[in-house]
Amino acid sequence: MTEPATDPAPAPTRPQARRDIRRVLLNSVRELTLVPVIVVLMIAGAIVNPIFFTPSNLINVAEGGAALGMVVVAESLILLTGKFDISLQGTFGLAPLLAAWLIAPKASEGLGTQWSPFIGLLVVLLVGLAVGTFNGILVIKANFNAFIFTLAMSILLTGLQLGWLGGKTIYNLPKVYIYLGSESWFGIPIAVWITVATFAGAALFLRYHRIGRAMYAIGGNLEAARAAGIQVDQIRIGVFMVASVLAAIGGLMQAGRVTAVTAGQGSNLIFGVFAAAVIGGISLDGGRGRMVGALTGVILLSLVTNILTLSDISSTWIDAVDGAIILIALGLAKLIGTERA
Amino acid sequence: MQRDSSTGPVSVPAPVGEADHVSKSFGETRALVDVSLNVLPGECHGLVGRNGAGKSTLVSLLTGLSRPDHGSVRLAGQAAPGLADRGGWLERVACVYQRSMVVPPLTVAENVFLNRPTADKKSLVNWQRMRRLARELMLDWGFDIDVDQQAGQLTVEQRQVVEIARALSIGARFLILDEPTSSLEKAAVERLFERVRRLREGGVGVLYISHHLEEIYDICDRVSVLRDGGQVLSGRVKDITQGDLVAAMVGSAPPRRVTEIEAVQKRGGLGKEQLSVDHLSVLSRAGSVADVSLSVRAGECVGLVGLDGSGSATVADAVVGMLKPRSGTISIDGSPVRPGKVNAALGRGMGYVPQDRHARGFAPQLGVAENLTLALLDRLAHRLGFVAFKERDAMAQRQVDQLQIVAHSLDQPVSSLSGGNQQKVVVGRALAPDPTLLVVVNPTVGVDVASKEALLEALGTARDKGVAILLVSDDFEDLRICTRLMVMVRGRIAAEFDQPPWDRQSLIAAVEGLEVAV
Repeated sequence: MTEPATDPAPAPTRPQARRDIRRVLLNSVRELTLVPVIVVLMIAGAIVNPIFFTPSNLINVAEGGAALGMVVVAESLILLTGKFDISLQGTFGLAPLLAAWLIAPKASEGLGTQWSPFIGLLVVLLVGLAVGTFNGILVIKANFNAFIFTLAMSILLTGLQLGWLGGKTIYNLPKVYIYLGSESWFGIPIAVWITVATFAGAALFLRYHRIGRAMYAIGGNLEAARAAGIQVDQIRIGVFMVASVLAAIGGLMQAGRVTAVTAGQGSNLIFGVFAAAVIGGISLDGGRGRMVGALTGVILLSLVTNILTLSDISSTWIDAVDGAIILIALGLAKLIGTERA
Repeated sequence: MQRDSSTGPVSVPAPVGEADHVSKSFGETRALVDVSLNVLPGECHGLVGRNGAGKSTLVSLLTGLSRPDHGSVRLAGQAAPGLADRGGWLERVACVYQRSMVVPPLTVAENVFLNRPTADKKSLVNWQRMRRLARELMLDWGFDIDVDQQAGQLTVEQRQVVEIARALSIGARFLILDEPTSSLEKAAVERLFERVRRLREGGVGVLYISHHLEEIYDICDRVSVLRDGGQVLSGRVKDITQGDLVAAMVGSAPPRRVTEIEAVQKRGGLGKEQLSVDHLSVLSRAGSVADVSLSVRAGECVGLVGLDGSGSATVADAVVGMLKPRSGTISIDGSPVRPGKVNAALGRGMGYVPQDRHARGFAPQLGVAENLTLALLDRLAHRLGFVAFKERDAMAQRQVDQLQIVAHSLDQPVSSLSGGNQQKVVVGRALAPDPTLLVVVNPTVGVDVASKEALLEALGTARDKGVAILLVSDDFEDLRICTRLMVMVRGRIAAEFDQPPWDRQSLIAAVEGLEVAV
């Protein structure tokens, strides 16, 4: 008598399967909204300048997007859990700067301690971890407003950078330290490999790991997630920590690429990061969006930057055109229904 | 093992959930005093009481969200786990709250297995397995929901099913349904009852909380009544009359009428036409409307009745300007209003009581007085736009008195009021500017019997003073203040009743879209 009486259920086979297929297609369409835009941009690039389609230029595009991409992954993870972190750009600048300062000789604006570059790499990660932990605990546990708190943190971190260096640049960095950003494997920069791997890893984690799914639940309905026994606070703080470490690694790539750390590294980066994530379909309200989409957002922004540089547009106008193109992409995303904000 | 239970029959299996002489205080307030109640496997136990009677406190004790000061809670015959052991509670008891606990961006399958997407303690999600298990669960319990759908696209009813399925999948056999029908239309309520019966057959014990007493008689085996934190009545449903039940809920002063009676309204002389809707067509996800015409005269209350999605709420939205119609005109006091502009309609002396009080009804952090007078700030403002606070408070006080709003001061934030009093604030705000026309949508959803009386009385008084009222509701109780009814089915006016009293049978038949001779 314990088994409930069940009606003979209508067999869901054929229409079910067809609906499945349609749903899968619909979902990917939503994620790949930007693909046609990217195709159009590539055609435009080829018209603007024949150099565009040369391998070296395409690699250049990828390399330019690599560091940005790391921060976009980081921000997307936080956005999915329903928070955000503006100070990722501060971490992006400060972490490699502090480490560079400790390992570079006095002659090239270092502190003169000339620590081993390996310790320098460790310092980069530790700075990221420390900032992420601090942000996470204060935003999640102490319940500070994420916007205003991380904005203040961002100003602080960028200010430290400037105060420290006084506008100068740390250069002449050891090979080990700039390895990530300056070397290539199989003709493709290591930074690109790492960023692609990070995107893939994050995507798989979000899709197939229980904590990844829990992140969607947290961003989608915090109370429901809490009631289901998900450790919402631990996971959200953890996401802040991971994100800051990713941003620090992104900063290291950037430093390696230009073989120096400037006082301005990372400033204004966050706007591009948000733009890439949002036009890629990551919802600012949390719980919605996928890494594939965020990746297309990064590719789009990198292409725009590259094409504008190759074109004859005066460099003073590049920002304006950049902004206009982001707006167009947003409008397109809204039309197709990726972003509901 | 077997505990003695005062109300249950002898020699039965251990109750799936039991509160044993529990008491709970919050500061000075004694929220629960010595309450004992148990729910047996395969039983549906009704829990009724007015807002503030202690139902929510009892639920929080039974679900492990707080701990009783005195007494104990037992689940499935064993002492309840500690508060920190969420998993232990989830395995034994689940509550489906009025507020939805599904995660909209995730699929149904994921929502069912929320936080348990993997087998045992593994880290990786096996999607195929999860979907298969979810599908099997739905089939086992006869729930008809596609598990691959996004939960955000589900109806309120389907979301409830997902939450029930989630609880069952964890293994809970004690289910608390907290006012499950308050936002369901009639047919959905019937389907819910069917599900509850299946759950009972499957050995699940249900604690059923509702404001609708007739539901208790439809579905429950036993019923307990709470009043002011104490247990005033408990017993088999068939041994208790509705009159006894209402008397127990309300206490010394029973309401003037019992729930079944359809009141007859005498119609005063009708004034001139305040609202006229001509050939209105609106596209809306909440139910499109095609070619609807109606008019409301001063001193008249026209009830617009229909199921969820029938378009009745859409008509109200269009009239107040929340939705822009595709075609047709809406005239207030004889001249057309600009379509799709809320300001235009409100500026013409219209008051509006929206459907979802949390979303559109009030500013939760603002005080009672401020909320009551939101719509007449320009009238209260002096030179230079400064607000006259004395006048404002006097005006607010009038509404507080008329609607019997219980608040400790005019500055108390509305968010801290009970649901019934929040709704009174919303209605008071609409009444405060002395409107000539009122558009009211489901004014008594989720409020207790006494608040409902007060709300309907206030609206009835306004009507008698010559206000034209368009009342959209699917609660037949609300209709007793109406002088005329129009029934909507699938976006069109299907029937009209203009001679009270309303015959419940033919009204239900018309609402359900059945052919009936009126």
